Amino acid sequence: MAKILMKGNEAIAEAAIRAGGKHYFCYPITPQTEVAEYLARRMPEVDGVFLQGESEIAVGNMVFGAAATGKRVFTSSSSPGISLMQESLSYIAGAQLPVVILNVMRGGPGLGGILPAQSDYFQAVKGGGHGDYRIICLAPSTIQEAVDLTIEAFYIADKYRNPVMIIADGMIGQMMEPVEFPDEINEPELPPKTWAATGAKGREPNIIKSLYLDPLRLEDNSIVLYKKYEEVKKNEVRFENYKVNKKNKVLIVSYGTMARICQTVIDELEAEDISVGLFRPISLFPYPEAALKEEADRANIKTVLTVEMSMGQMVEDVERVVKGAKPVKFFGRTGGIVPTPDEVKEQIKYLLRSESAKG
Amino acid sequence: MEEQSKTIFDRPESLRDVVTHYCPGCTHGIIHRLVAEALDELGLRERTCGVAPVGCSVLCYNYYNCDFLEAPHGRAPALATGFKRLRPDMIVFTYQGDGDLASIGMAEIIHAANRGEKFTTIFVNNAIYGMTGGQMAPTTLEGQITSTCPNGRNLEDVGHPIRVSELLATLATPSYIERVSVHSPMHIIKAKRAIKKAFELQAENKCFTMIEVLSTCPTNWGITPGDSLDWVEKNLLAYYPLGVKKRPDQGDK
Ligand SMILES: Cc1ncc(C[n+]2csc(CCOP(=O)(O)OP(=O)(O)O)c2C)c(N)n1
Ligand code: SF4
Repeated sequence: MAKILMKGNEAIAEAAIRAGGKHYFCYPITPQTEVAEYLARRMPEVDGVFLQGESEIAVGNMVFGAAATGKRVFTSSSSPGISLMQESLSYIAGAQLPVVILNVMRGGPGLGGILPAQSDYFQAVKGGGHGDYRIICLAPSTIQEAVDLTIEAFYIADKYRNPVMIIADGMIGQMMEPVEFPDEINEPELPPKTWAATGAKGREPNIIKSLYLDPLRLEDNSIVLYKKYEEVKKNEVRFENYKVNKKNKVLIVSYGTMARICQTVIDELEAEDISVGLFRPISLFPYPEAALKEEADRANIKTVLTVEMSMGQMVEDVERVVKGAKPVKFFGRTGGIVPTPDEVKEQIKYLLRSESAKG
Repeated sequence: MEEQSKTIFDRPESLRDVVTHYCPGCTHGIIHRLVAEALDELGLRERTCGVAPVGCSVLCYNYYNCDFLEAPHGRAPALATGFKRLRPDMIVFTYQGDGDLASIGMAEIIHAANRGEKFTTIFVNNAIYGMTGGQMAPTTLEGQITSTCPNGRNLEDVGHPIRVSELLATLATPSYIERVSVHSPMHIIKAKRAIKKAFELQAENKCFTMIEVLSTCPTNWGITPGDSLDWVEKNLLAYYPLGVKKRPDQGDK
C-alpha cells in the first residue's frame, strides 16, 4: 500500500481497526483526543463499537466488560486519564483478559500540562494499580513504528491474555508523518477463546473474576501470572541499536521521541569525531535487560547516559541492569519541555571532559 | 398416583445446587431465586451473562448457572455496558447492593441508565453496608444506627438517604424502574412479577430496566430475622415507597 501522511493519533486509531480492534471506549483528553474523534467517524464504517463513557474509570471498566466477550477491544487516554484506569487494569490483569490501551503521555504530576512527556514510566512499567501484575509496554519512536506496534499489540494481548499498553508521548500523538499500513495482517494462529463469556449453552458457566478468598488459590493465580510474565520476558523483548560500535565512548539509553532526538545528537557528534551509540528499548516491559547489559559491558563504553523526558524514571532500570559496571548518568527535562539536541550534546561533552579529567 | 408425584417446586435450572453463604434471615437468597426463576421461565439462561458487584453478593456467580463477570466496586454498570454493546444478542444483568450502586458506583449507574444501556439492574437496598460489617450507606435511614454513625444517621451532617429509583426515574431514557420488597409472600410474588417484566423488556430490546428490591440485613441491623421483616415493613417501606417509578411508555427511546 502507498504511504499516506497521517497524524500519529489517527494513524494509531486506524492501526487498531486494521488489527481487528473494532470496539473502542473513550473519554476526551489532550493530547490524544483525535483518536476518539477519528474512531467516532470510522467505527460505524467498519461495524464496530464506539462509545464515549462518563469517565476514564467507567471507560476502563467498559473495556473490561467488552473484553470478556472475547472480541478485540481498545481504549486510549493520556496521563491523568490513565491514572483513573488503573483500577480496571489491575482487575483486567487479574482476570486475564486481553485489552490494548494507548497512553499518549503528557506532563504531570496532577493536571500537569498538555505537552509531551515521559513521566508515566513508573506507572506503566512498575504497576500503577494494586497487586502482583504487569502490563506489557511498547514504546514507539516514529509514527510508522506506532502503527506496527499497535497492530502487534492486539496479537500479543490475545496471546498472553494480558493488557498491552502502547506508551507514546504527545509528540508521537500530534506529529504528522508518512505511514504505510500492511495490506493484510498475518498472525500465527491462537487457541480459541474458550474462556470468553458467550452464554453457558452446552457447557459449564464461564466466570471471569479476580477474587480468590482462599489465600492458596489467590497465590496460585499470582503464580500463574508470574509464569506468564516469565514467558513474556523470554519472547517479547524488543529493542534497537543505533550506531553502536567499538569506537563508542558513551552509550545513550533512551526511548520514544527522546531516542529519536538522540539519533540527531549522535549524527552531529559523529561529525565532530565523538563516537556515541544509542540503545533504544522498544519494550519497556519486558525490559531488554540482557541486550543492554551486553552493550554497556563493552570495554570501550566509559559512561552510560540515560536521556528521558522526565526527572529520571527509566534510569532506575538502567542502573538495575548495568549493576554498577559503568557509571550511569542521567539527563532529562520534563513538564512538556523536550530536550534539544544541543542540550544533550552539551551534556555528553561535559561527561567526556570530566571523564578525561579523571584520567 | 401419577398426579401426586408431579414436581411442583424445585430449584430453578438457572441456580446451582450449592450451600448458601448468606446469613440466616438474609433476603439476598430470595432475590437470587426470583431472578433465576425469571430467566428459566423466559428461557434466557443459556444466553445470559450476569455482572456481580462488590458486597455480600460478590459471590453470586457461585449460585447462578450462567456466565458471570465480577466487577470492581460500583462498576458493574460499566462492565455491563461494554459487554452488552458488543453482544446485543445476549441478556445482561447487574446485581448490586446499595453501597455498590448508590455510593461508589453512582456515576456508572446514572450514565448507564441515561444512555439507555439495554441491560437489567437488580438493585438490592438493605440500607447498610453488609459485607464490611454494617457501615452507613447512602440509603441508611435517618436515625438508623450503624458502625460509622453510632448515634444514628444525622441529616444535618450527611444529608438525607437517597431514593435511587425516584432519582433515576427523572431521566427520560430508562424504560422501566420499579421498587419492590421481599419481606412477605405477597411482596415476593409482586417482586417476581417485576423482575420478570424487566427481563422481558430487555429481551424485547427495550433500554435500561432496574428493579430496586428492599432487602434485610439482620446481622448488621442487629435484630432477629423475624424482626428484620417487620423493620422493612415499618421503616423501609415508609421512606422507600413501593411501585412503578418509570413505565416503558414513558421512555423517550
Ligand atoms: C474500591 C473499594 N472500596 C471499598 C471496598 C470495600 N467494600 C466491600 S463491600 C463494601 C460495601 C458493600 O455494601 P453494599 O453494596 O450495600 O452491599 P451488601 O454487602 O450490603 O449486600 C465495601 C465498602 C472495596 N472492595 N473496594
Ligand atoms: S451481612 Fe447482611 S447482607 Fe450480608 S449476608 Fe449477612 S445479612 Fe445478608
